[in-house]
Amino acid sequence: MLRYFFHTQLSLGLAQAVIVSITATLVAWLATKRGVRLQKEIPLALLRGLVQILLVGAVLALLLRGPWWTSLPLLAAMILTAASIVRRRARAIPETYTLALTCLAAGAGTVIALMTLLGIIAPEVKMLVPVGSMVIAQNMNIQSLFLNRFLGELRSHTGEIESALALGASPDAAVAPYLRAAFHASLIPAMDNLRSLGIVWIPGIMAGMVLSGSSPVYAALYQFIVLGMIFTAGGLSCLTATYLAPRRVFTHHQQLRIRG
Amino acid sequence: MADAQLVCKSLTRMGTSQGARPLLVDDLSFTVERGQVLAILGPSGSGKTTLLRMLNRLDEPTSGTVFLDGQDYRKIPAQELRRRVGMGMQRAYLFSGTVADNIQFGPRQHKRSLTEAQITQLLEQVGLPGYAMRDAKTLSGGEAQRVAIARALANEPEILLLDEPTSALDETSKRTVEDLLCSIVRARHLTCVWVTHDRAQAQRVADCALLLEDGKAVGHGPVERLLHA
Repeated sequence: MLRYFFHTQLSLGLAQAVIVSITATLVAWLATKRGVRLQKEIPLALLRGLVQILLVGAVLALLLRGPWWTSLPLLAAMILTAASIVRRRARAIPETYTLALTCLAAGAGTVIALMTLLGIIAPEVKMLVPVGSMVIAQNMNIQSLFLNRFLGELRSHTGEIESALALGASPDAAVAPYLRAAFHASLIPAMDNLRSLGIVWIPGIMAGMVLSGSSPVYAALYQFIVLGMIFTAGGLSCLTATYLAPRRVFTHHQQLRIRG
Repeated sequence: MADAQLVCKSLTRMGTSQGARPLLVDDLSFTVERGQVLAILGPSGSGKTTLLRMLNRLDEPTSGTVFLDGQDYRKIPAQELRRRVGMGMQRAYLFSGTVADNIQFGPRQHKRSLTEAQITQLLEQVGLPGYAMRDAKTLSGGEAQRVAIARALANEPEILLLDEPTSALDETSKRTVEDLLCSIVRARHLTCVWVTHDRAQAQRVADCALLLEDGKAVGHGPVERLLHA
């Protein structure tokens, strides 16, 4: 129906975005009626998302004409921004920003660099930016889940952690069960995505590749590859966090800084 | 001749949270002799637990220090200090796994392993024979507290800190655990610092008492003189 009123691709896209935003705002309003306070968060998030993605589209349009290395500052900016978003989920952990940044660099940064070197991500702006951003975004979600869960575990198991310390355990040993719980919980969505791939959902990149003329089999394979990269990046970043996070939540004298 | 095992010098800790008193513990100095039981008495919020937590360095003094057998405890690595100064908390906080896993926890942190016979002996001492393979999470409050005591003893501490170890228990368990702790402390000649808000309990268990109010010492001396006065 929209195509009847909007004849250019841009005007049609904007109209579609407005309709989807109205639907999501309606859901937020309904959620507010049930006591879930989303009335401000959802419209702001939608507006922010729309502006950001339009800006990225414009930047991509410019970058596509440039050499491959022009995508590096964009990917670096994405990692820096992702780290600041992760920080919001675990502000109580000291120096969360540097922790998140290090973990994301160790996860998404390493995977993108390695996959580009191996030729799995073609060294072209049109591949590096979209695939890299997918890896960074999902890595950010995994990292947020990890730190948020770890913080929750610290607060709800303060007694057990301090009992372990009082028995002479090292900080690493005292929080080991809670790091494991956070690690496992943070990778559940990525594992479920891998398990349900093709059965429950057909992700965007595959649809995009098919639409742009790639073979559906190669598109499917590449989707699996992207999910594998996301899982690897998430695992690497969480693994890094299991080494770095305990140092942030204990003092030099092995005293717990964050208590429930 | 007196044999001072634990000497606290000008221990002070400032509050960090908003609304807390500026000084949680204010310039406390006292000595505990080897084999002596010192009760720390005071109303809620008087600084008893903060003081106890500074003794095994779970909390850091803002100023002042503790000497353990004449050695400044800031020079002892935290893990070694906490092995030597065991602690029993208000609640047991047992770890997942069996009772035996819990008892093995402390020694394993120091690359030591207890034999089955040693675990059995510890469980007998706390009145829980045959409990080694029980799931720790299925125990009652009194049983869990006794396992926590056995777990602290497995490290063979020289000093035992007890933070109201019977306050979270029902009336029946309270007296059982108190009697058990008294007999263990006496049998092992352990130096003990026992936090309580119950004067009658302090009279039953301690040789000396330190009375706290708003983080300050308002009395210190033998229990008979201090609490019968």
